Amino acid sequence: MRLEPKPAPSLGVTLLFPVVAIAATLVFASLLVLAAGASPFSVFYLVAKGAAGSQFAILETLTRATPLIFTGLAVAVAFRAKLWNIGAEAQLYIGGVVTVVLGTGALPLPAIVLVPLILVASMVAGALLLAGPAVLKTRFGVDEVVTTLLLNFIVVLFVSMLLEGVLKDPMGLGWPQSQRVIADAQLPRLIQGKRLHFGFVIAVVAAVVTWVIMKKTVLGYEMRAVGHNPEAARFAGIPVNRVLMKTALLSGGLAALAGFSEVAGLKGNLTLDLSPGYGYTGIVVAMLAMLNPLGVIAAAIFVAGIFVGADAMSRTAGVPSYIAQVMVATALLTMVTAILLTRYRVRWK
Amino acid sequence: MDQALDILLQTSFWVAAVRIASPLIFATMGELICERAGVLNLGIEGIMTVGAFAGWFTVYSGGDLWAGVLVAAIAGACFGLLHGTLTVPLGLSQHVVGIGITLFATSLTYFTYRLALPEVTTPPKIVPFQPLPIPGLSSIPILGEALFSQTPLTYLAFATVAIVAWMLYRTPIGLALRAAGENPAAVEAQGISVTGVRIGAVMVGSALMAVGGAFLTMSAFNSFFFEMINGRGWICIALVVFGSWRPGKALLGAILFAAFDAYQIRLQQLSGGVVPYQVFLMMPYALSILALILVARRATYPRALMIPYQKGER
Repeated sequence: MRLEPKPAPSLGVTLLFPVVAIAATLVFASLLVLAAGASPFSVFYLVAKGAAGSQFAILETLTRATPLIFTGLAVAVAFRAKLWNIGAEAQLYIGGVVTVVLGTGALPLPAIVLVPLILVASMVAGALLLAGPAVLKTRFGVDEVVTTLLLNFIVVLFVSMLLEGVLKDPMGLGWPQSQRVIADAQLPRLIQGKRLHFGFVIAVVAAVVTWVIMKKTVLGYEMRAVGHNPEAARFAGIPVNRVLMKTALLSGGLAALAGFSEVAGLKGNLTLDLSPGYGYTGIVVAMLAMLNPLGVIAAAIFVAGIFVGADAMSRTAGVPSYIAQVMVATALLTMVTAILLTRYRVRWK
Repeated sequence: MDQALDILLQTSFWVAAVRIASPLIFATMGELICERAGVLNLGIEGIMTVGAFAGWFTVYSGGDLWAGVLVAAIAGACFGLLHGTLTVPLGLSQHVVGIGITLFATSLTYFTYRLALPEVTTPPKIVPFQPLPIPGLSSIPILGEALFSQTPLTYLAFATVAIVAWMLYRTPIGLALRAAGENPAAVEAQGISVTGVRIGAVMVGSALMAVGGAFLTMSAFNSFFFEMINGRGWICIALVVFGSWRPGKALLGAILFAAFDAYQIRLQQLSGGVVPYQVFLMMPYALSILALILVARRATYPRALMIPYQKGER
């Protein structure tokens, strides 16, 4: 068999294949639901209801989508330049660390100064964390996939060390958790008494800003050029290594905002379960969004909906909530296949 | 300080080092086969998880230990087939597909585990492979005990290295495989299908990764628990680079790494809690990164690694 490029696909075809990809994912998930002895239709109904069936469900989905927008953006930016940042998980945790270091009373500043300061400091920390692997890639030719993956383990152990050491809450009854951030360092709730917080607004703004950078600036153009063909980009006079460094700083900063927003907006303190793999799920979000920063918002909400819905479903239907992870991973694989099929025709010869 | 050096002379230390190395040897050989054929397999972490569960579950359900190894290998090969289909004929990004396979394989394993054992809080144990001392050889001091009184799976790991090295350098299949990773057009010119060779390599490699995972549940921890692979797959990818894509060197790397891992555990006990234990646990990951930096300058990747091949295309 061989692949032949198709002429520019029509809008209908472009939209048809993702729909097929989602359908294939649902068919596969149905098989798992049947294996669990439940009815697929009632399970999917419960997932949909749990994700969007009430005001509470919708707000919960948006709350869960918030960190995924940040990590999805981080991955989308990096992958566009073919910088394989698989370390969003580590960058997220570093953002959380900076937030509790600065936000638990060390800086007695008014909220209007303190919150932006912590936000920027988190971004800088995350950016520096990815700058390491980026330097190793550009200077020494060390593959960044492995270094960013290994850094995830190192950083989580580092956070564990801090939470059992200098950052440990003396009032925490021995639990490895930090002190709570002070009121002036918290992000306000969007609706009184609900969990959805200002971090969601920041996430949407970040997506728009990232979109502008990617589509309307020289840097964005250079990033796409480097991602498309680094040799050609170098030949065209684009400083490839410098562009990769800038990409790394942007990507690491965006991922760190996920940690900042979770701690300052939702959890209030830092624990070792701050992220149930948001960094890795960000890869799926970015791919589902076809690396488009605005698409990341929709993809993050979709993925968050599956997670929130599956949690609600598993409480009543008895199908393990891990089905959400399976669906999300399946969607990633079917989606990349679908995108390929919109651009190429498979010839069986 | 003397105590820290004494560790190196303890028999139990070397026994532990070889045991820790065994799963890494399987998975490193698996990854090496894939990469020599031109395919980076980032599904390794998930495929090891599948193998760990499949092997354990077979024995838990009443199967024989060797049947467990076989089931793990077959399960691994299935995920290898999926990885190979997506990355070889379809030519999708090996990075994205690999991470996707890891997420898919891991989540599917956890789902199956929860489905099979809904109400379990402490992971059930199985009767694992027992040490099988080789008469005569095992009575050599230190080395004998370390190398020749291990479980059968460890012997299989060492045998795998020999088989992989022989196959790669002494058989036509090995030649075709290496050529597929260096110069696929030359393979096609011989009338051999690059697609076939690469998919085959990924399937065999993935089967070995899964057996590496199975070692953990069937010869080390005796039970399956979540996140038990704990980055070992990623470390094996570093070991392949460290071993310059050669089985012998990769074996040496795995043993060095495992010795270091066994050493840090003992050093941790020696330090008496002055240094946080997390610092010791970080060391293996940090060492992997350091090893990559040291070899990066002279690393000679298989030239067609990560480059999809289209028949008739230049």
